[in-house]
Amino acid sequence: MDAEAEAALREGAPRLHMVGISKSFGGVAALRDVDFLLRAGEIHGLVGENGAGKSTLMKIIAGVHAGYRGRMLIDGREAQFRSARDALAAGIGMVHQELSVVPDLTVAENVFLGKQPTKRGMIDWPGMVAGARQQLASLGIDVDPRAPMGSLSIGLQQLIELARVLFSGARIIILDEPTSALSPPEVQRLFEVLRGVRASGRSIVFISHFLDDILSVSDTVTIFRNGRRVVTEAVGKIDKGWVIKRMIGSGHEGLEESYTGAITLGSRPSAPVMLSARELSASRAFADVSLDARSGEILGVYGFMGCGQIELARTLFGKLKPTTGSLSIDGQVRRFHNTNQARRAGIAFVPESRRSMLFYQEPVYKNVSISVLGRISRLWLRPAAERDIARRHVAALNIRPPDVAALLAGLSGGNQQKVALAKWLTFMPKVLILSEPTRGMDVGAKDDVVKIVRGLRDQGLAVIVVSAEPETVLSLADRIVVMKKGRIVREFAGETISKDRLLEAA
Amino acid sequence: MTVPAQENAEAQPSRVGAFIRNRIRNIAPFATLIILLAFFSIASPSFFTVDNGVNVLTQVSVTGVMAVGLTFVILCAEIDLSVAAIANATGIAVAYFTLQESYVNIPNIPLPGFAAIGLALLVCAILGLVNAFGTTIISIPSFIMTLAMMQIGAGISALLVRGQIAYAVPDLVTTLGSGAVGGVPWIVIVLGVFLVVGHVVLTYTRFGRYVYMVGGNREAAEYSGVNVKVVLGAVMVISAVCSGVAGMIGVAHFGSAQQNEFDGYLLDAIAAVVVGGTSLFGGRGGIGNTIIGLCILGVLNNGLDHVQIDSFLKILIRGIILLVALIINVYVQNLRDRERG
Ligand SMILES: Nc1ncnc2c1ncn2[C@@H]1O[C@H](COP(=O)(O)OP(=O)(O)OP(=O)(O)O)[C@@H](O)[C@H]1O
Ligand SMILES: [Mg+2]
Repeated sequence: MDAEAEAALREGAPRLHMVGISKSFGGVAALRDVDFLLRAGEIHGLVGENGAGKSTLMKIIAGVHAGYRGRMLIDGREAQFRSARDALAAGIGMVHQELSVVPDLTVAENVFLGKQPTKRGMIDWPGMVAGARQQLASLGIDVDPRAPMGSLSIGLQQLIELARVLFSGARIIILDEPTSALSPPEVQRLFEVLRGVRASGRSIVFISHFLDDILSVSDTVTIFRNGRRVVTEAVGKIDKGWVIKRMIGSGHEGLEESYTGAITLGSRPSAPVMLSARELSASRAFADVSLDARSGEILGVYGFMGCGQIELARTLFGKLKPTTGSLSIDGQVRRFHNTNQARRAGIAFVPESRRSMLFYQEPVYKNVSISVLGRISRLWLRPAAERDIARRHVAALNIRPPDVAALLAGLSGGNQQKVALAKWLTFMPKVLILSEPTRGMDVGAKDDVVKIVRGLRDQGLAVIVVSAEPETVLSLADRIVVMKKGRIVREFAGETISKDRLLEAA
Repeated sequence: MTVPAQENAEAQPSRVGAFIRNRIRNIAPFATLIILLAFFSIASPSFFTVDNGVNVLTQVSVTGVMAVGLTFVILCAEIDLSVAAIANATGIAVAYFTLQESYVNIPNIPLPGFAAIGLALLVCAILGLVNAFGTTIISIPSFIMTLAMMQIGAGISALLVRGQIAYAVPDLVTTLGSGAVGGVPWIVIVLGVFLVVGHVVLTYTRFGRYVYMVGGNREAAEYSGVNVKVVLGAVMVISAVCSGVAGMIGVAHFGSAQQNEFDGYLLDAIAAVVVGGTSLFGGRGGIGNTIIGLCILGVLNNGLDHVQIDSFLKILIRGIILLVALIINVYVQNLRDRERG
């Protein structure tokens, strides 16, 4: 045990102490001899590359993985959980990286999942609805608690899942990439709530790839690399470069600039228009949207979560039908009745939610090949060709583990995201629409994606990047349109722009 | 101060453990089959013989052909409750278009054999298309749509035979249903062909891959540009046509076409698919599983006859086996979901 841990022991038992934790999946080590220490009333930031083992350690704490090596002490007492329920009973609440809400239940039921208030043995509906409304309000969410969860945007669902855990009374709260679908004001509000939770003496583990967020909200930061804990340090003494150096290695400290400074947009107004939307509207989601995507240019569509940009992207891919307006691809007017027609017209789409893009129980290569099967085989499958294609992408995108037969469910979140992108890169589409393309990726992987997408642009593709993360749009786009409440309110082209100006416009 | 790394109670799962957990969907039914075989072989000397083996296969043939189509549907996470009704309607249709003996008093339309078979196939294909239309275009849940189709199939059957029994079917159908070649009943060969074709389509063709992907994650299939509705529609039609063929050879096998002839077969066909380990949630399983499921069902039915068991108890035992298989099926799914975390 290291010095800090001993110091902590002298101060009294820490809230949570993990000692010598090792865990492997089918012979592959995910965690090697990890010690981890969480104090009462602390926000502990956890960072590391994709696949470093962050989620695995947290799942052990939350009782999801029951088989591991090592010890866990809570308030100095030995703990061993057989299931997530055990952990919950011991006061551990976790928001998983993948949304785990129940789309068919109402918002209120989701907030009170597993502990609905009852009155004389019956569910106390009015109490539940009122309770949910109040809890959500403190996170600044204004939704009808009786609305079905599935009808809400993914960002709202994420907030509601956060509410469930934050207000569950858990003493240890684990948040695995809780802000990946949130826009900046919501993130700030969440941080306020987290600080409040900390003040009440509870402990929070906060995993994120947004190092600025980590450094602004946490008291202590632990860095993981390759299944090992590299270092734990108090936040006051460190900066972003220091963290990146320990996360990925030296020479990468310049990654993920903050974009607070000015960025010059390299728009190409003379390039041919590939996709053109005219006065496109979809009931309630967005209205009167006109935009052009040019070949060899990356168009950024920025807007806060829930401003209609997600629905717009789906409409362009034929998943939603526009109520009015027209769409033309490469000069031809098109009306898509399904996604297959959009794909045939040369549109590729990566949705914001990995779960709606990937087949978890299938190997990586089948995930990659599904969208191009029609191009590489007519009647008979050609698994060898599929694997070759997948191998190329796995190498090009640096997907870990580099095994195309590995089950997708075993990949870490960021690597899954890369697989979702790889699906469309075999045959060049005309228009590539990316919704939140770097969600859940580490700084290195984000940089990879930026390079890949720019490479595609340079090959003449029209790329549309839709995101609620200003960094994503700023790092990629040559031209930016800003959406607000379902309408395009501003376009930035051929000028210099900064994060602040972008946020102001939205 | 060092703390010895202590083995957790459920220590690191070994490779063997992981392998078994991944394959339990296939291992559990296979083990069930072996146990049943061993049990009946010991309990009855007349059970484990070549003749009886052929018997078992013959007995499951009609169920088996239906189960092939149903496998496609269940792999897509849908259900088809109309298989037995469509089989019945098709079997009666083929008799309706065949010249019957004079004592059969049905106002039918005798046609040449091939026309009769063609029309009967058309009937089941159309019923399948109606199922497909209802589930994909109108978006009626397949459970409800095929429940309605079950009634429609029964209605067609009733209208065509009007309470009578027809006996004659085209020669080809008679041969396939009740003939034999070199000691092997044709009906077993038909089953074999359906199983092989079903397996090849599911494993080696693009369409088969789409079936698994649509069952595994429908939304993801759609976002990958797969025409999900076409796939779902196609499996409904495939299921109906398989049922139709099963109905025709079934009629020939039993020697008569009448109403409610296949009523018990709906449950058997579903049981064969599910007991074999194909997931009711879609995306997992296949014809291999269905084969094992069929064998379990066949061995169970046939073996219980050999050990002279109370025939009422037989029904209960079958029910219990089905329940256990369903429990395993759902349990395995939960196990996987938990792995995924
Ligand atoms: N259920 C599983 N089966 C097999 N391997 C797994 C499983 N879960 C995780 N792994 C492997 O364990 C390693 C650590 O994964 P983990 O999800 O903890 O990474 P992470 O640090 O959370 O990454 P990310 O930032 O991408 O979410 C990875 O190599 C991953 O492939
Ligand atoms: Mg993770």
